[in-house]
Amino acid sequence: MTSGSLPAATVPRPLPAGPVTEVYLFGTCLVDLFTPSAGVSTVRLLQREGVRVIFPQGQSCCGQPAYNSGHPEEARAVARAQIPLFSKDIPIVIPSGSCGGMIRQHWPHLFAGQPEEAAACAIAARIWELSEFLLHVLKVSLEDHGAPETVTWHSSCHAMREMGLTDEPKRLLGQLKNVTVAPLQRERECCGFGGTFAVRHADVSAAMVADKCADIESTGAATVLGGDCGCLMNISGALDQKRSAVGSQHLADYLWERTQ
Amino acid sequence: MSHAPHQTHDFRAGIDAGLHDTTLRANFRRAMDGLMTKRAKQFEDPQEWTRLRALGQEIRQRALSKLPDLLERLEENCTRNGIHVHWAEDVAQANAIILGILQQRGITTVVKGKSMVSEEMHLNAFLGGHGIRALEADLGEYIIQLAGQMPCHIVMPAIHLNKTQIADLFADKLGTSPDGQDAEALTAIAREKLREEFRTAGAGISGVNFPVAETGTLCLIENEGNGRMVTTVPPVHIAVTGIEKVVENLEDVTPLLRLLTRSATGQPITTYVNMISGPRRGADQDGPQEVHLVLIDFGRSRVYADPETRQTLQCIRCAACMNHCPVYVRVGGHAYGGVYPGPIGKILTPQLNGLAEYPDHPSASSLCNACVEVCPVKIPIAQMLVRLRNEKAGKGTGAVQDAGSGGSLLEDAAWKAWATTYSSPLAYRVASAAMTAVGNALPASAPLLKAWTSVRTKPRFAAQSLHRTLKEMGVADE
Ligand code: SF4
Repeated sequence: MTSGSLPAATVPRPLPAGPVTEVYLFGTCLVDLFTPSAGVSTVRLLQREGVRVIFPQGQSCCGQPAYNSGHPEEARAVARAQIPLFSKDIPIVIPSGSCGGMIRQHWPHLFAGQPEEAAACAIAARIWELSEFLLHVLKVSLEDHGAPETVTWHSSCHAMREMGLTDEPKRLLGQLKNVTVAPLQRERECCGFGGTFAVRHADVSAAMVADKCADIESTGAATVLGGDCGCLMNISGALDQKRSAVGSQHLADYLWERTQ
Repeated sequence: MSHAPHQTHDFRAGIDAGLHDTTLRANFRRAMDGLMTKRAKQFEDPQEWTRLRALGQEIRQRALSKLPDLLERLEENCTRNGIHVHWAEDVAQANAIILGILQQRGITTVVKGKSMVSEEMHLNAFLGGHGIRALEADLGEYIIQLAGQMPCHIVMPAIHLNKTQIADLFADKLGTSPDGQDAEALTAIAREKLREEFRTAGAGISGVNFPVAETGTLCLIENEGNGRMVTTVPPVHIAVTGIEKVVENLEDVTPLLRLLTRSATGQPITTYVNMISGPRRGADQDGPQEVHLVLIDFGRSRVYADPETRQTLQCIRCAACMNHCPVYVRVGGHAYGGVYPGPIGKILTPQLNGLAEYPDHPSASSLCNACVEVCPVKIPIAQMLVRLRNEKAGKGTGAVQDAGSGGSLLEDAAWKAWATTYSSPLAYRVASAAMTAVGNALPASAPLLKAWTSVRTKPRFAAQSLHRTLKEMGVADE
């Protein structure tokens, strides 16, 4: 109620022309090293819809950590190394709104006036956050095989405000007939992650995540779900530290587990 | 640009104090929740919002693109209207101009409407030092002047205080009863004190929301009527404003007003809209005999010179960015130091006063973009924070004052190493194998981990990377 902000008033993105039979997966560095299961579940969710998944093994990171820390040259070096790996004109699916936002919103800015500008912009136009891709492009209908459960949803700031997602993840969860989504009171408020912000201003970040945890716990949900590994690492770390009974999971894992 | 070196502002200490003040945090939370809810009600139609803010952005960008020309026309048309126009490059000049006007006329008391620029000038203290009493007439400003504080918010200067605290302050300073005072009673106390001052003051000093170039009009909005009193009752009215505020014509004012009042306080329009177009003329029943406009630079030219940072100057000072900021609501306005708190303060203050004086401003954001989402003139605040981070680290164009003052060889080396690893598939493969194998052995006390684990458990590396897992699953690598 007090979130105050408006739904992102974005024009719905144009969908790829014709049926999609093949996509790239951009795994992201956090998923790669901390939550590979979310990447695996993403692949399975896509393959189940008959989509062939390509995972270029040369990939690493979108460059966001350096970009947000005031080191554009290093961000560019890392981002530049990704560009030739995703050259085919097919959608690129990414299980993270934040890394997706980096590519979609900031790569064009990062590469402005550089030789790779056109290629970077082309990739930016082809990047799809997992939930928007499942819902709008593949138009999945999910069949829930799990027991009745209440979960809550944490909305990532960059998914909402950079990728322009509104309620795509919740609409996917809404397809699961035994799952109830109990909303957070301040769903649109940041969890306090913010990359290096969490260590540079650790006290502010701690106050933010403490409030987020209290909000999560007051919903009575068994699990908090999210679509971004940064937020999830922050929130689950704080919940674990206070020995909360609430678990946390990436949306991709949750959707896959409940629909087999 | 003259710039006296100042002490470094200790934002970290301010943050610490703010975070630990539970009354302050409760006051801010309550107030910001109220403001956010009111604003949201005003912009329920996303299409109207999208259209209106695009218009707001266009108006401000157009005005800035012709700034030198508009300022010339403003001066011309103000002069034609009988408004004396003065220019001040720095604080000392601006203060001297105002002091000169007052001293020549033997004025010893002034009443003031709300003006953030006058805060940049530390005008009250300066005038006080020359035997001139300046009394704040806006209720919020009146309260913080009594308390001897700075505004903690650019629209609601005393929003950090609750009713009980204000009643206690009045009791202490004015001798009124601290008990049973509601908002109305407190306002009545202030109003009574101020009435007499309006009658006797030699000059009124105000800010300006939009100086209009085409007509030489000063548009000033407010809710209490104090602005109208300040600008009409005393014989002399002095308006102060930043050079960046000018707009081209009267048609530009309407959309900006709609955006400003709805974003700021959730009002469709303010109680008073003052359009000041000169001193009292002929048969006029009221109005000052003299009107002065002081246009100040104070570092704005430098911000203007760079096309990216120039966007900072689009600001119409609505405060929506701070009302929606998850950092501001927890640390409070005073933590930021300077005149402008919250997201706009984080990008404006270090540009006006230098990155050396405000080194922690650019980093104190999670880049959540809540401010960007609500800014009625679409200032890319997060992008500007990133730009200031670049400048601070010496990786920008050097356009911002004290660029490079926060450079760190250690940090540079760390990011270089990171880039080398993450831009080479082979190096990355080796590094990720190492991290998944032994990364979890890092002690929680390791430098960056220590801050992280103050309230969180240590992040755990997976036993096997996604790269390896997908390779084993036979997912195509093309
Ligand atoms: S930056 Fe935008 S939101 Fe903040 S005060 Fe200025 S106009 Fe308002």
